[in-house]
Amino acid sequence: MSDAIISIKKAVVSYREDIALRGVSLEVKSGEFVSIVGPNGAGKTTMLTVVNGLGKLLQGSVRVLGQSLGYGNGHSLRKRVGYVAQVQNIDPRMPVNVREVVMMGRYGIMGFLRRPGKNDWKIVDEMLELVGMVHLASRPIGHLSGGEQQRVSIARCLAQEPEILLLDEPTASLDWRAKNDILELVGLIHDARGLTTLFVTHDLSALPNTCDRIVLMKEGIIWSQGIPREQLTDENLSALYDIPLASVKQRREQEMVI
Amino acid sequence: MDFSIFGYQFMQNAILTGVLGGIACSIIGVFVVLMHMPFIGVCMSHAAFAGALLGMWLGFNPLIGAFVLSLLAAAVIGPLADRGELNPETSVGVIFSLMLGLSFLFIGLMPGTKSGALELLWGNILTNTRGDIILLAIVAAVIVVLVLVFFKEIQATIFNRDMALSVGIPATLILYAILFLTGATITVTLRSVGGLLIFSLILNPAAAAYQLTYNMKTMFLLSAGFGVLASLAGLMLSYFFNLPSGATIVVTSSVIFLLAAVFSPKRKVKSWQQKTLTENTA
Repeated sequence: MSDAIISIKKAVVSYREDIALRGVSLEVKSGEFVSIVGPNGAGKTTMLTVVNGLGKLLQGSVRVLGQSLGYGNGHSLRKRVGYVAQVQNIDPRMPVNVREVVMMGRYGIMGFLRRPGKNDWKIVDEMLELVGMVHLASRPIGHLSGGEQQRVSIARCLAQEPEILLLDEPTASLDWRAKNDILELVGLIHDARGLTTLFVTHDLSALPNTCDRIVLMKEGIIWSQGIPREQLTDENLSALYDIPLASVKQRREQEMVI
Repeated sequence: MDFSIFGYQFMQNAILTGVLGGIACSIIGVFVVLMHMPFIGVCMSHAAFAGALLGMWLGFNPLIGAFVLSLLAAAVIGPLADRGELNPETSVGVIFSLMLGLSFLFIGLMPGTKSGALELLWGNILTNTRGDIILLAIVAAVIVVLVLVFFKEIQATIFNRDMALSVGIPATLILYAILFLTGATITVTLRSVGGLLIFSLILNPAAAAYQLTYNMKTMFLLSAGFGVLASLAGLMLSYFFNLPSGATIVVTSSVIFLLAAVFSPKRKVKSWQQKTLTENTA
């Protein structure tokens, strides 16, 4: 693939004695929506940290947006890569409101010694509008529900005007409706803004419909990858999650009934 | 009441120390409160105390000893906080008790009278020299200027370090700068408030401000105001009622915190959350 916007080659990452990635290679084209699926501890989140330069490579190389990731250039790269993490436990007394949180997305690209200007606030308000959170703009961030906080995180990420969007289990611990709302929003944003998106989840019910490719990960390696229909077979899921095939089939039938 | 005392140099020095120390400590307190690292601050203040005593015992400037040891404590604890390690309190607790043990060891090893060491323990705002005040003024000015210039980076780092890093802010550098400034503030206010009490002057004004506002800028301003108020009111009370100055300042700051907690509008949030929780689990 020559037009890859993200190119990971034989990446090895280790946290103390645990090896999180064991020589993983992955290429992602500009505008592609890739979902990374696998059980807990498969190395999915580490894949994202490798892309935004927060994961320390022991071996291998990473090239993102035409830049080779090395010591010291992570900050400049991260200004072009948006990151949405899982719902965080935010102190309800935290003295920061929703509008300020969204503005934080612009702090990196603004650089030191520059204060938010009219244009920055205009972009922030547009993003709040996009995610349907204008009515809560002046609320303290800690007073919002999990689903609302995730919408704010997505608005913050978009205010950054990123070229790549990284989503790390953005629907974890959300209720069914909030989960669907977020998935729909992510799909819309990806299409409307022409982003390249990496979406990590361990939950198969939290996969966006717009996804172009599924990467299945297990024990720090890419176990299989391809188009969703071919990858999310009962046999693959049984092997990926170490669940008997009959249980996977039964579960699928239940979901279809529901 | 006799107010002629304010004409004396030592009292003017004490007032200046109170204002500058109140500002420096309470701004550092905002970091400590919002970044949930009170144990780190306690540990660093006791390390500074131990370092000052080491200086007194070995005959070098106690301020250098205080600064070096508090930074050493920060160098050990900082990475734990930075990595977001679970339960760093255990390591901090070990270092805290080690520092306290070292402090009393150095006092025991010190030949002759221990009055200087005890003064570091309780603090005495009335014995500050012009040199002490200049040093304190420099540290306070550096803190205020850094907060003003890098407010947005500091705000993001305080809110969520991982998020700040992910948008391209050098949040790790900011964390270590905060720890460095904490060490410097503790060092220059150690002699006035005392090694055992200094941390209360850092924590209480900020904790009081935290009860009263949902705006971080307002929290910094309120905290600085409460810090100055606690220092000056404590100083006056200690003078008029002949009480130890450091202890009176700390008790005053605790009273300010208690009043803020009682009148906090955020108490409603807590009761509202509890109500919601009860409804959800019913």
